[in-house]
Amino acid sequence: MDFFSDPIGAVRTLLENLLNSFLPAAVTEALLVIVGVIVVASFGLILPLFLIWAERRLVARMQDRVGPNRVGPEGLLQTIADAIKLLIKEDITPLGADKVVYNIAPILAVISVLTMWAVIPFAINIAGADLNVAALYIVSVGSLGTLAIMLGGWASNNKYALLGAFRTVAQLVCYEVPLILSIIVPVLLARSMSMQAIVDQQKDVWFIFMAPIAALIFFITSVAETGRAPFDLLEAESEIVAGFHIEYTGMKFGMFFVAEFLHAFTVGALTATLFFGGWQGPGVEQYPVLGVAYFMAKAFLGYFLVILIRATLPRIRIDHMLDLNWKFLVPVSLAAVLVTALVDKAIEPLNLLPIGRAIFLFGSNVVVGWIALSLVSRAARRLRQEDEAKRGGEAPHDAEAAHDAHPAPAH
Amino acid sequence: MDGLQIAFLVTAAVILAAALQVVTARNLVHAALWLIVALFGMAVLFVLLEAGFLAAVQVVVYIGAISILIIFAIMLTRRVMQDTGPQTNSQWWLAALIALGTFAAIFLTLSQVRFPQANAPVPESSLATLGFDLVSPDHYVVPLVVVGVLLAAGMIGSIAIAKDKE
Repeated sequence: MDFFSDPIGAVRTLLENLLNSFLPAAVTEALLVIVGVIVVASFGLILPLFLIWAERRLVARMQDRVGPNRVGPEGLLQTIADAIKLLIKEDITPLGADKVVYNIAPILAVISVLTMWAVIPFAINIAGADLNVAALYIVSVGSLGTLAIMLGGWASNNKYALLGAFRTVAQLVCYEVPLILSIIVPVLLARSMSMQAIVDQQKDVWFIFMAPIAALIFFITSVAETGRAPFDLLEAESEIVAGFHIEYTGMKFGMFFVAEFLHAFTVGALTATLFFGGWQGPGVEQYPVLGVAYFMAKAFLGYFLVILIRATLPRIRIDHMLDLNWKFLVPVSLAAVLVTALVDKAIEPLNLLPIGRAIFLFGSNVVVGWIALSLVSRAARRLRQEDEAKRGGEAPHDAEAAHDAHPAPAH
Repeated sequence: MDGLQIAFLVTAAVILAAALQVVTARNLVHAALWLIVALFGMAVLFVLLEAGFLAAVQVVVYIGAISILIIFAIMLTRRVMQDTGPQTNSQWWLAALIALGTFAAIFLTLSQVRFPQANAPVPESSLATLGFDLVSPDHYVVPLVVVGVLLAAGMIGSIAIAKDKE
């Protein structure tokens, strides 16, 4: 077997032959599975060391600072120094805390993000597992993250932590609705929930061109699920100190930190897989290893967008956050699913080339987007006119009443 | 005894122990967490039966939605943590008797049933079959639509109840 066309398979065969020489076949099989799990998990745990450095440098550049540049070349070893600092810090469990739950929460947070990587394909023959329900699997392990944050906030026995946990439920559970609806669209287009099948179907045309609205909604809601700016209400420093992880010290805090950074990169990876063709690119048929480079490039591009959004947008207010979800994202994602399903079924008998199918689907998406935006702008204009009529008709000292009806944006 | 049976027995033991903790734990949040362990054990059983779809749905629906709802309801309930009264009342022996009787009845009934066993492996495309069955007029399209209408009615009803009176 050629090492360059199928490196994982080559290593696997090598290991299999080696182990089979002195172990029964069943034990070898089990050992190989365990090795696979360790490889995928280690990748996911080592990656944040560099993600944290990259993000700190990038955000610093965007904010006209230098960022960490002292430890190692260009500050590359800064995260390792930080990790050592976290490890030798005192590990505190607060007096009134619920010990077991308090200690389980950070582990659960890392597990929920790490297990997502089990189904993400890096190349045609490099993937943890090709589940036929991978899309559903991602949603299901993602919901464990919500649980971890809630438990951490509750078990800390701290009112700020509990407030953070309450905000978490309001935000993460709400944004799961449009997130799941937008995952349905690529599943519909690929006729499969398996990640490899979804990537396979994007051979000719990426799903971003067939479902731009779903891609945008998926990206927005995924960023909200990571709990980063502008959706960082659950750990808003200026309002509730640090939110759910206020009492955590040392490596337990570090685990929440790692989970957040890895989740942000996972958003990029999932967006790349579901909408930007995953490992597809020129030349992958001959050299499947190239797929890893394409996939990582696309994933890092998505991650860069997440960083850019985090570094430039102010925090969204809580009522705006809920309004955006329930009054805009949920109806639009519902409409996108319905329209995609109907149009895709309607043009099926035409037996179009993928490019023709993309044109029809893109057109229907443009119509949905245009209707949604014009409805929103009409509603906003009506609100503004009501507001102006109220202000114009009333004396200045009544401005407070108008202010109550439509509060000014937070500073 | 092969690996599958060992895995089943371990999972079943974990589910039973967690279920026992759900009803005996003094702390309500702990009870909810034990419930999550029991439900996760059910998902593992589905995986052992090669029903990956049901396992994922089990985790999404029961752990991702219902358990979080339960925990949230507990957290929002006032002074639920200070409740230190006895866990049982004077009728506990009656309840135990009825529970034991029910268990005995179910056990006796099930032990007499001969479950048919198929030798064929689980079909690869069971998920697609399930999907087609749900929308085929010969199978389950009517139950599916009825469930959809019921859920929509429930949702509209809860919105109507929770809406501000203007």
